[in-house]
Amino acid sequence: MGHRGKVLGLSEAIERYVHDGAVISFGGFSATQCPMAAVHEIIRHRIKNLHVVAASNGQSVDELVGGGCVEGIEIAYGGNGRFASTCIRFRRAVEKGEIKVEDYSNYQMSLRFMAGAMGVPFLPTYSSLGTDIINKWGYGEEDRRQNPRLAPKKLVVVDNPFNVNRQVDQLVLVPALEPDVTIIHAQRADIWGNVQLMGLHFADIEQAKASKKLIVTCEEIVETEILRKDPYRNHILTFQVSAVVEIPWGAYPCAVFGYYDYDPWFLRDLYQKVAKNDSEWQNYLDKYVYGVKDRQEFLELIGKDRLQTLHADKEVGYNPSLNRR
Amino acid sequence: MADYSLQEMMAVMAAREVKNSDIVLCGTGIAMLAAIAAKKITAPEASIFFETGAIDVQFAQTPLSLADPRIMHGAIHLAGLVESFNIIQNRTTGPNVISILGAAQIDIYGNLNSTSIGDYWRPKVRFSGSGGACDIGSLAGQFWVFMELGKKRFVEKVDYLTTPGFLDGAGAREKVGLPGGGPSLVITNKASFRFDDTTKKMYLHSYYPGFTPEAIQEEICFEVDLTRATEAKPPTEHEVNILRTQCDPDRMVLKS
Repeated sequence: MGHRGKVLGLSEAIERYVHDGAVISFGGFSATQCPMAAVHEIIRHRIKNLHVVAASNGQSVDELVGGGCVEGIEIAYGGNGRFASTCIRFRRAVEKGEIKVEDYSNYQMSLRFMAGAMGVPFLPTYSSLGTDIINKWGYGEEDRRQNPRLAPKKLVVVDNPFNVNRQVDQLVLVPALEPDVTIIHAQRADIWGNVQLMGLHFADIEQAKASKKLIVTCEEIVETEILRKDPYRNHILTFQVSAVVEIPWGAYPCAVFGYYDYDPWFLRDLYQKVAKNDSEWQNYLDKYVYGVKDRQEFLELIGKDRLQTLHADKEVGYNPSLNRR
Repeated sequence: MADYSLQEMMAVMAAREVKNSDIVLCGTGIAMLAAIAAKKITAPEASIFFETGAIDVQFAQTPLSLADPRIMHGAIHLAGLVESFNIIQNRTTGPNVISILGAAQIDIYGNLNSTSIGDYWRPKVRFSGSGGACDIGSLAGQFWVFMELGKKRFVEKVDYLTTPGFLDGAGAREKVGLPGGGPSLVITNKASFRFDDTTKKMYLHSYYPGFTPEAIQEEICFEVDLTRATEAKPPTEHEVNILRTQCDPDRMVLKS
């Protein structure tokens, strides 16, 4: 394999495409398929003032906020399922006023990415009429005038111009998102950046297509011929991708369908504990993020025995005998 | 009479309400057990789906989040968020969708807060935010609420209105143009509530064995009509058995 296509190392990809102050989005949902290797690399590079746009990216958002990389977030859900009803570092940062938040719903954030992917300035929905998502803006109009990373309005309510039979027919227009960079974690890709997603794809496809630059980290780089055998799952294509990074266990401690399960030990016994305490949190970063040179060293720290317990059963896509208690 | 926990009572109360023609949008925790129990007890033909895009899911093991790989294997279709929310907003399928939501606060009209307590811009407590709850409250045919009873939760006015109930009363949803039906049932650890057809105010519908209507009113900041309440039927041995052995055999949600 002489030609390297769009393949880059992780550190190189982050240096090239993720800059201070960027508008950034991450693939995955709660504790599944978050690009955690890339998140740790961003923290290690001490990138600052990121403006994160997210539907429900639990673990990535929380570690990035805790790593001090984030200035503001537009988000639908800052939780992580049964592992954290509210993400712990996210909650602390918002309560202390360290980051600014703009609240949308999951549908709205997905539609905002879809609008970006379609190349239109907004999409309409009936969701949130009459609620504080419409009435209360995290960023006021003045903030928005001064910050080119934000849409000039959070949203706009309009009458349906095609209204024929409903008494009241108002719609909420949500503004398109076009992140400077998106990072998603996939199962497989080829060196050109054709990407195969298995299992649920959350908002990954819309996010990927809305973005100006796209980094795809993946479990395996495979020959294009292998992807051609299953074209229905190749949702993201070479001309959308800026860099491909092969990084096995790249979503750990989150799950990757068909490859490995989430790690209850890391997410509950370790993370929940350290995230609640500022000095323990600093120790966590020093040990697991700053204290290792790359993903390989991080995985050595976690240990082969631990990873062994997470391997997915090929038939069901997770590990049915994993001890989750 | 079966020996049961209040968590099990909540799950069974909800499961009994599901019909075969319903499309159930599933959350996690006890709400999910209720959906699985409905499939196994009352409504085997109901479809269960998740907002993350997993449609007609089978449950070999208890999922811990809306993205758990355990909801992927065996589903009839796997897509993404947009697909699932389209099912709710679509005017043919949306009216058949029922979803069960949790929240930090609820008011007499069934408006929910899952965003923050105190000043929104500098909250005393910050929660996860809407996720799909606002979408469900706005668009689904009906939604049910699962909450623990208590004065901190059943409040005069929610600090942040994340999910629309009946807003400020009769006709308010129609006035802003919300297409969904709004809340129809609130299930707590001690009682269940419904909403008056005319006033849209919450009233006590049933209290669980061992509790009185007066004691339940004590735990609510606003006044509810107690006159229509009857004692709820406790779960049968059969129902409890299915919950424990088939819905959550690993005890990921139910406390053992």
